[in-house]
Amino acid sequence: MSDTTETKQVLPDGWEMVIGLEVHVELATKTKLFCGCANHFGDEPNTNICPTCLGLPGSLPVPNEQAIHFAMVLGRALGCSVEPGIFARKNYFYPDMPKDYQTTQYEEPTNEHGAITLPDGRVIAIERAHIEEDTGKSTHLGGGGRIHDATATLVDYNRAGVPLVEVVSGPEMRTADEARAYVAELRDILLATGVSDARMEEGSMRVDANVSVRPTGSDELRTRCEIKNINSLRSLGRAINYEARRHVDLWTNNDQPTQETRHWDEEGGRTTSGRSKEDAEDYRYFACPDLPPLVPTAETIADIDSSMPALPAARRAALAEAAGVAEADTLLAIERGLDGLACETIAAGGDATAVMKHVDQNLAEGQGKLTSASFAALVSMEADGALSSTQVKTVLAELVANGGDPAAIAASMGFEAMDTGELDGLLDQLIADNPDEWGRFLEGDNKVQGFFVGQIMKATQGKADGKVVNQLMRQRAQD
Amino acid sequence: MSDVLKSAAKLAEAVRSGETSAADALAASSSLIADRDDEIHAFLHLTTERAQAQAAAVDAKIAAGEDAGPLAGVPIALKDNMCTRGAPTTCSSKILDGWHPPYDATVVDRLEAAGAIVVGKTNLDEFAMGSSTENSAFGPTRNPLDTSRVPGGSSGGSAAAVAAGYVPLSLGSDTGGSIRQPAALCGVVGVKPTYGAVSRYGLIAFASSLDQIGPFAHTVEDAALCFDVVSGHDRLDATSIPEPLAPTLTNLHDGVDGMRIGIIDELMGDGIEPDVRRRTEQAAEALAAAGAIVDTVSVPATIYGLAAYYLIAPAEASSNLARYDGVRYGQRVDGANVATMNTNTRSAGFGDEVKRRIMLGTYALSSGYYDAYYGKAQRVRTLISNEFAAAYENFDLLLSPTSPSTAFELGAKSDPMSLYMCDVCTIPSNLAGHPAMSVPFGVGDDGLPVGVQVLAPMLQEPRMFRAAQVLENAAASGGAA
Ligand SMILES: [Zn+2]
Repeated sequence: MSDTTETKQVLPDGWEMVIGLEVHVELATKTKLFCGCANHFGDEPNTNICPTCLGLPGSLPVPNEQAIHFAMVLGRALGCSVEPGIFARKNYFYPDMPKDYQTTQYEEPTNEHGAITLPDGRVIAIERAHIEEDTGKSTHLGGGGRIHDATATLVDYNRAGVPLVEVVSGPEMRTADEARAYVAELRDILLATGVSDARMEEGSMRVDANVSVRPTGSDELRTRCEIKNINSLRSLGRAINYEARRHVDLWTNNDQPTQETRHWDEEGGRTTSGRSKEDAEDYRYFACPDLPPLVPTAETIADIDSSMPALPAARRAALAEAAGVAEADTLLAIERGLDGLACETIAAGGDATAVMKHVDQNLAEGQGKLTSASFAALVSMEADGALSSTQVKTVLAELVANGGDPAAIAASMGFEAMDTGELDGLLDQLIADNPDEWGRFLEGDNKVQGFFVGQIMKATQGKADGKVVNQLMRQRAQD
Repeated sequence: MSDVLKSAAKLAEAVRSGETSAADALAASSSLIADRDDEIHAFLHLTTERAQAQAAAVDAKIAAGEDAGPLAGVPIALKDNMCTRGAPTTCSSKILDGWHPPYDATVVDRLEAAGAIVVGKTNLDEFAMGSSTENSAFGPTRNPLDTSRVPGGSSGGSAAAVAAGYVPLSLGSDTGGSIRQPAALCGVVGVKPTYGAVSRYGLIAFASSLDQIGPFAHTVEDAALCFDVVSGHDRLDATSIPEPLAPTLTNLHDGVDGMRIGIIDELMGDGIEPDVRRRTEQAAEALAAAGAIVDTVSVPATIYGLAAYYLIAPAEASSNLARYDGVRYGQRVDGANVATMNTNTRSAGFGDEVKRRIMLGTYALSSGYYDAYYGKAQRVRTLISNEFAAAYENFDLLLSPTSPSTAFELGAKSDPMSLYMCDVCTIPSNLAGHPAMSVPFGVGDDGLPVGVQVLAPMLQEPRMFRAAQVLENAAASGGAA
């Protein structure tokens, strides 16, 4: 996770949060769930539409095999049992829902009973991961941007019928950080399996958080609120913390929260009341008569399992083992997709600490044309002192951009290690020219160290190794 | 009746051989419609331009020596719940008045590919909900055999269009008997195919798990010909049967020698008029005379069919008809906000019977009532299927009346329950998904036609058509006198 973590205590002593997440994932299919229209974000409104996704009279849905396959791949990646799934209709009126019902799965979802293992080892249960169609998008003009007092509403049906999987966790998370770790882990699983591009800001991964609180250690489930409109991991953490504090305030003031949907207001940093349970609709679910059950064969499931790519948890474990670090220290490498390179480089003889340092600090843009062999060779040159750390960074950037042999690149760039004798001479000259600064260094003022290193770098056009200069200065001081 | 329009098979042959032309057949049909349809009101709209263009295309093909198809030049009428591109498709509802679909139903594509000429769209009970074609927002259709009587419904316009001799063929849709019952009342052949045999793509849904499109014709042969053209897998309908279907025309005249045929005991009781019962018994005798082994069989759950149907069909309809909300197409009646606009539109756009069924269905699916109503109805449905399966272990086909009575007078059944009873014999086949058809077999005490229903197991249309052909022959040679 690249976001900063909130470590200060959120709730008063004696209270804990109960958090369950519902994550809507848009599947990265070429076409929509039940028709041949393009599944593409950002096109001109109402250009990717047809009779079926507009719900025109007489139109019928035909399941998209790719979408069903992706949903099952995700199910297996989440450790779910993939069962015969039945599409159901969820009936309610809304202008951006063309048929005034949503085709989803209710009593018999395709995926059930899975789990996500977080990097810290905690296991969060997945209750279900069911397939459903997305709705269109409404823009309300006039009023407060809400449908009820709008003067007009414009609807774009490009998104109507886009395939979604809704991943529903158990109410098992206890902190906002844990919720964020869960979403980050799910995102990494989606990216590893390729079933979604998992972009929260574009809405291809949408998180709703069910939040309640209870006395620490109790197993009761108190009234929860569902928070919608969360667009980033950072918002997720802020929204959960805000909502949990609001609940504790209510409970400790002889009041209680109302079960309702609430909207996260990013600018205001608070949640606001939406629909309450009392006006919740009766969705009158029933099996959709237009769609036969989805019955995966044992062969289909075996195929999915055998072609499953390595998942983040396994990759973390592999890299932690190879590099001799804690799994928590492998997260950046996994997120950047550099764990495979790191393991191979270490196997090829690269020093694990140096490899992990470069992965975390110098390879933010990814692997590019860097190979494990050239990476291992470069790390060895660095360890031998043949290149300064600045030079290593430069060569590494070149390897990422264009590939090649690190020794040849270093030579072509004129990076030859300076011998210590030459540096000694330069340092003597500097000390002679700057006696006051040297005096302060001797008195223990480490800030002037940078001055000497900088001057030597300038004189050698960066060829000197800063570490060696530091070492020479400390030797001088001790002499 | 114009001779040329009596038989689709003969007309197509005459058109293909150059004896007559598609344009002439269309002109004959148009002239009959112009003469009489003000009185009958079988049609809601005529698709004259499209028909003329299609007839010209068929004639051009024949002039060029190409195969113009098995229905070359045959005028055909479509129930107005099947989408026709650019032409009105209303379901006889004000809520769809003015809407022109941007696409054709699969059956329309198949008919035109076979050379048929779509002449117009026929009247129906609004959204196919009814058994008399009186529940149309655009006025009732009258029975061409006696204009004081209803043609039956909901496909009354399509049945009447054939009975009046306007066209040799038409298509209807059958959710609980909406093809077979009007066929019986109008004295024509009407077929409800196996669920999934004919694509529903472009058929405006009433109850999706029950709806099937099927033909009306004067003869069993024409019905078989039309069924063979419109049936078969369609990738646009996920409930369409993927396996190839056996043609029904090939062995149509093979008879019923040795077939075991069971008369359904529960559908021969007090609710059925005596003259209708008598004709059904005579039909059984005719089949026996042709070599069938006829006996009675009990299918007890059929008596619960009506109750189950009036929960399942309205439940599905309540969801299928939600989309008529005034947002995207059809009628809109404005309101202060979206919800009010939805309510105003639906209040003004739907007729009473449609509203009644939407309310019934909404109630049947409601939380707390689902198990007692919709859930239980689904269990009855399973029971009926199981009992049919058991009956078909001992019988190849089943037999019953199609309708409890002959055609009744307009306005005679103003109470919804008495109208619902019209479908008691036909509903079980829809619940089971099995094929069934109505064949005219003599007349009742009032001189109006009686229809006999032949029921078959899943996908056994060829067998069903063979028995129907035997009945047609028997009726023609005085067996139903
Ligand atoms: Zn589409």
